[in-house]
Amino acid sequence: MTEDDVDRNRRHFLAIATAVTGGAGIALAAIPFLSSLQPSARALALGAPVEVPVGSLEPGEMIRVIWRGRLVFVLRRDEEMLSRLVNVTDLLRDPDSAVVEQQPRYAVNEYRSIKPELLVVEGSCTHLGCAPLAEFQIGPDEDWFGGFFCPCHGSRFDLAGRVYKGVPAPTNLRIPPYRFIRDDVIMIGADTGAA
Amino acid sequence: MARIESEIGTPQGGFMKWIDDRFPFTKTMQKHATEYYASKNFNFWYYFGVLAMVVLIIQLVTGIFLTMNYKPAAADAFASVEYIMRDVEWGWLIRYMHSTGASFFFIVVYLHMFRALLYGSHKKPRELIWIIGMLIFFAMMAEGFAGYLLPWGQMSYWGAQVIISLFGAIPVVGEALVEYIRGDYSISDITLNRFFALHVVVLPLALIALVFVHLVALHEVGSNNPDGVEIKEKKDANGIPLDGVAFHPYHTSKDLVAIVVFLMIFSFVLFFAPDLGGYFLEHANFEPANTMATPEHIAPVWYFTPYYAILRAVPNKLWGAILMGGSVLLPLFLPWLDRCRVKSIRYRGWIYKSALALFAISFLVLGWLGLQPATGLYVILARIFSVIYFGFFLLMPYYTSIDKTKPVPDRVVYHG
Repeated sequence: MTEDDVDRNRRHFLAIATAVTGGAGIALAAIPFLSSLQPSARALALGAPVEVPVGSLEPGEMIRVIWRGRLVFVLRRDEEMLSRLVNVTDLLRDPDSAVVEQQPRYAVNEYRSIKPELLVVEGSCTHLGCAPLAEFQIGPDEDWFGGFFCPCHGSRFDLAGRVYKGVPAPTNLRIPPYRFIRDDVIMIGADTGAA
Repeated sequence: MARIESEIGTPQGGFMKWIDDRFPFTKTMQKHATEYYASKNFNFWYYFGVLAMVVLIIQLVTGIFLTMNYKPAAADAFASVEYIMRDVEWGWLIRYMHSTGASFFFIVVYLHMFRALLYGSHKKPRELIWIIGMLIFFAMMAEGFAGYLLPWGQMSYWGAQVIISLFGAIPVVGEALVEYIRGDYSISDITLNRFFALHVVVLPLALIALVFVHLVALHEVGSNNPDGVEIKEKKDANGIPLDGVAFHPYHTSKDLVAIVVFLMIFSFVLFFAPDLGGYFLEHANFEPANTMATPEHIAPVWYFTPYYAILRAVPNKLWGAILMGGSVLLPLFLPWLDRCRVKSIRYRGWIYKSALALFAISFLVLGWLGLQPATGLYVILARIFSVIYFGFFLLMPYYTSIDKTKPVPDRVVYHG
């Protein structure tokens, strides 16, 4: 067979067909490997909701709990702390919790909580994930009415986890899904179904 | 008689011929060492390529021995590093060699890259060498980042938290991507395990492959030199560049001296200041990872701080991440940003000299600022020097094309 006898169209078609079939095979074979990097069944199971008793929390007291390996703050705000929430609204980027991903529907209110006094909020700065410090006193800065301060890059949040203007964090601290199982016990991580 | 001899396999050209008939050993040695001609006027700056190779070997050897005692699990990792430091015979030395080696790797490679900027080693025909080199640098950054998580100290944990969170700034897919990288809802045992796999298998393989390709490309084009003269353009009757000398034994014997001096400096740090006052090993990392509390002051290791300072200079999460990524990626385009016809700084005008000096200063200052808290004056300074950093690259097409150059000699010359 000489060069002239070569059917170039046919050869071209075969080359393309081989490449496409091989490429599709590689792409399909990649699925198990790439999927294996997703959270495993065990990781998902360990991410189950956690029960937190809150009955013994004094007004003004905060506890730290871990849910899904993440830090969650549970703070019982007193009347005076709640009254400060209205003082700061002009200083905030999103005072009305307009960014929907940052809290469940039932936490879209002036307190960002189910019961006004009990704040349940993720202790993970929405900038780069550092754990904010609890700085509940007023001042020394004149525009500081108490809240959460992130030591990494200086982001500031009020006593409802709402972000101040002019800081690197773009959004309010995230409110995890939660519900009251009893009056003095909350479940973090689930807001529907049986306890 | 002769027939019998050949039948019993009497070697005709000795052992080397037997090998060479089956594997191009001599040919390879000639092409890459004994008949690879590099310019005879190499100066101080030309040591850092071979030194980078030396550090790579130190890292590979010490790394292999560390894996024999290290445990990549959240419950055991911190304790296993302490075990290496206290209970394993010479474990402290191997571990400190590895941690000191990481910092020296970056020192050497930063100087190696600066050499390219000085003498135009990124310019035509060496664009690909530069790009492969940048890929090596990216692999090194990933290697350093993954490795820093392994001791599972406070800085390991929170540093990884901050850097992985950067991907969360990407619109729409960000949060899902972060979860995919971690393999969990937070940085956990799972994350540590996969970072270990990346650090000891994937990235070292990539590094070795890229270094190999870097050298193949270099030996195809030939090394640049402090005059930026193409020595291959002037050859003698045998086709050997007039200004070239064989890499082996001439450059190798000279490099050997540099390696000894380098190892002296390396050993000084290794034995007298392995954490270098918190710069090579941060003090917060001598405390086990704690999900409940971020260290008061968080900063990456020094070799990432220039980029970190740029990140913090921007008061917006997405733009901070974009500019930080940009500051790392921009040098990739250097071969095309640089419009000057002359390679070496010796024959370039005052504009490039000043720009390069300003860039070097801004890189160092940003590196220092990345270690300071992000407050007040520090942020303002970080913004000023970030602008200079970006200006060096983005204005380069303009200022290199108007810069006055001096005539480049035909052959290399000696200065001083």
